[in-house]
Amino acid sequence: MIQATLFMLIVAVPVLFLTFFFAWRYRAGNKKAHYQPNWEHSKMEELIWWAIPFEIVLILGAITWTSTHELHPPKPIGVEPPLVVQVVALDWKWLFIYPEQGIASLNYIQMPVGKPVRFEITADAAMNSFWIPELGGQIYAMTGMVNRLNLIADQEGEFMGRSANYSGEGFSQMKFIAKASTQEEFDAWVREVHTSENDLSYLGYEDVAVPGVPETPLYYSAVEAGLFDMIVAQFGHSHSSEEPHTH
Amino acid sequence: MFGILTLDAFIHGPVETGAQLAVVGGALAVLLALTYFKKWGWLWREWITSVDHKKIGIMYLVLAGIMLARGAVDAFMMRAQQVLAVGDQVGYLDPNHYSQVFTAHGIIMIFFVAMPLMFGLLNFILPLQIGSRDVAYPFLNSMSFWFTVVGAALINLSLVVGEFAATGWLAYPPLSGLEYSPGVGVDYYIWALQIAGVGTLISGINFLVTIIKMRAPGMTLLRMPIFVWTSLGSMILVIFAFPILTVTLGLLALDRIFGMHFFTTDLGGSAMMYINLIWAWGHPEVYILILPAFGIFSEIVAVFSQKRLFGYISMVVATMSIAALSFVVWLHHFFTMGASANVNAFFGIMTMAIAIPTGVKVFNWLFTMFRGRIIFATPMLWFMGFLTTFVLGGMTGVLMAIPGVDFQLHNSLFLVAHFHNMIIGGVLFGFFAGLVYWWPKIFGYKLHEGLGKAAFWSWIIGFLLAFIPLYLLGLMGMTRRLSQVDEVFRPLLIVAAVGACVIALGVFLQVLQMVVSYVQRNKNIAGNDPWNGRTLEWATSSPPPEHNFPSTPRIKERDAFWFAKERRESLFSTPDHHIEMPKNTPTGFFVAMVSGIFGFAVIWHMWWLVPVCFVGIVTLLVVRSFEHEGSH
Repeated sequence: MIQATLFMLIVAVPVLFLTFFFAWRYRAGNKKAHYQPNWEHSKMEELIWWAIPFEIVLILGAITWTSTHELHPPKPIGVEPPLVVQVVALDWKWLFIYPEQGIASLNYIQMPVGKPVRFEITADAAMNSFWIPELGGQIYAMTGMVNRLNLIADQEGEFMGRSANYSGEGFSQMKFIAKASTQEEFDAWVREVHTSENDLSYLGYEDVAVPGVPETPLYYSAVEAGLFDMIVAQFGHSHSSEEPHTH
Repeated sequence: MFGILTLDAFIHGPVETGAQLAVVGGALAVLLALTYFKKWGWLWREWITSVDHKKIGIMYLVLAGIMLARGAVDAFMMRAQQVLAVGDQVGYLDPNHYSQVFTAHGIIMIFFVAMPLMFGLLNFILPLQIGSRDVAYPFLNSMSFWFTVVGAALINLSLVVGEFAATGWLAYPPLSGLEYSPGVGVDYYIWALQIAGVGTLISGINFLVTIIKMRAPGMTLLRMPIFVWTSLGSMILVIFAFPILTVTLGLLALDRIFGMHFFTTDLGGSAMMYINLIWAWGHPEVYILILPAFGIFSEIVAVFSQKRLFGYISMVVATMSIAALSFVVWLHHFFTMGASANVNAFFGIMTMAIAIPTGVKVFNWLFTMFRGRIIFATPMLWFMGFLTTFVLGGMTGVLMAIPGVDFQLHNSLFLVAHFHNMIIGGVLFGFFAGLVYWWPKIFGYKLHEGLGKAAFWSWIIGFLLAFIPLYLLGLMGMTRRLSQVDEVFRPLLIVAAVGACVIALGVFLQVLQMVVSYVQRNKNIAGNDPWNGRTLEWATSSPPPEHNFPSTPRIKERDAFWFAKERRESLFSTPDHHIEMPKNTPTGFFVAMVSGIFGFAVIWHMWWLVPVCFVGIVTLLVVRSFEHEGSH
């Protein structure tokens, strides 16, 4: 981003300078300045200013091409197997399912520092956008589809996460906390969630999905296997469903 | 009888009741004033039924002015809400009402302020610049205008009866679908835009034909003023882009009325298709607005530098390149939807490519100033303001064209700041410049310079105060469309609200400028050519007679009027004695009004009324087609 800004400043600074310099130099009151009312064309000069932006866009284009592939959200970070978190955007809250740990939480994510996390994101609501600004970019959460986003937290802390695409009345409150902690603290948290008395079956999920804004984060100890795939598949044409759900 | 319309639709909360009273009160005041001053006949004969491009142009400008007031009120309501609703405070608007306000603000500013400003100036100036007596299809021109009025009226009617869409200005499904928006708000949205959109499409065809067929003898394509060229580019975009909008909204209407599934996730539909389609219209729409503004700036920089426009051919090529490129960048509005890296990178690079012709334009403007004799009248100030703010907006635009950066900035206030930067600093400043520049031609007297300059400074300072904080808030991670915000964002939001007040001062000064100039009009008589102009509109009187020119001018070169003045020649031979002008007709007005009732009937599911209106529209058009066009 900084690199791109610098390249653009190569054009922007002279343009701003010339704007004010020409405006001052060729003001009507300045009779000393050269006046050429019919000078309207110069092949050489026009060629130069077709060429300069062209060159810069060429360079920026190359940067864009490589950076787009490097920063592509579904691209895994590093070689270590990531922690998988399945994300469901609901009206107006976020459900996070940890399939490997068999737990789930509402409006709260915890993850170990330095470990890549793969978010698999869908929605059972209007379109939302999953975003933790301090950790990285955002991606849309849409019904019947799964978008993947890989993030990694470099330091411990609690980060604000939220929906970045307007989704109805409770949108402003559609926030969550993303906490990055040590591996030990994370393991302790998983054990704590396992002791929660709430569990999450498909039927129970339907209560969770009722529109509303929860006051505090909630934890679920036992999550029905394949719940996420069912949520995705309920719209009838998913590509990632393993156990088709029938009502 | 009344479909789903019941008395409940009139009952609202306190804030909305205020709006209701304002709309009804305003309408009543106008009607009473017309009756009191016995102006009904005058209004009917001189304006409503007129097919004169100049009068239609003025009516477009009036419409834009009224709707600008409405859109500005919406903007203030948003700024106030975001200052008040911090932390646990909920502010004075509930979330649903707040989202109706931001939806209406976007739609009104684009469709019913920027577009009418553009078509107003195009209507008045373009036929004059090509030495024509009128547009190609004067009747259709009148109908287009009234379609636009009906669209605007429907949106304001939603304040009184029912509600407006609470979806954001592009009404993405599934939020705009029946499941999430069961009320009539989205239906108002659809039909207001459908009716206005048809008007815009007809105008696009009308002006394209006018430019191609109605030029004065000798005015080859490469002798056209640059404003005509940019308008041509813009009209081509209208013709290709607006049918996409009509179809997209049509499909959304089918989803909502008949429960079809074009854009739902069930039964094979996809919301992603809507998002692609709406931006396939929406991106060219931005260029539809900015190209004529570029044209105005090109005229102004040449006139006020007292020098020919530098690099005319380059300008033409750049204009047409921008028009073509505008159709291959739409995906940059949703890099975050999950397309592959190749697709995202392609659209990012195409977006940057638009910076090339735009950069060329900037250099050509600069070198028009170079070795000129620059007069800093108000239009030139707007141009300078545009050039400096536009560089900033262009840079932030190129930044967001990099997908990796966009993932961070998308839907944040950085984006909001960027597009306001382009639309206020580019489009609006352009049309303001055009308005001040052509005002003497339109009304026959010049606008007050001092007040004009004060208005300019208020606008530019207000603009920077209002939108630089939004850039910073976006970098801090603040999302758009929040009805309740976090404490950390408050200080900058207060600065932005102050900026909005300074802009309001600018608007006040502009209104004052018009009033003062009108009062002093006899002291400021413009004459034919107050700015020492270069193009044909300055060759006729101010305001021009109904037939525009005493005879059709003969054109031998670009800037024909400038060189004719230099050589002390006249562009006109002996005046024509038999000039035929089309007669007034109320048909366009009637067709649009019946379309408005049609829209209202569909919105409220009054199904019996729908075919009645449809038959009415067809009958009116058939009758019109048998009428002799008439002349006087």
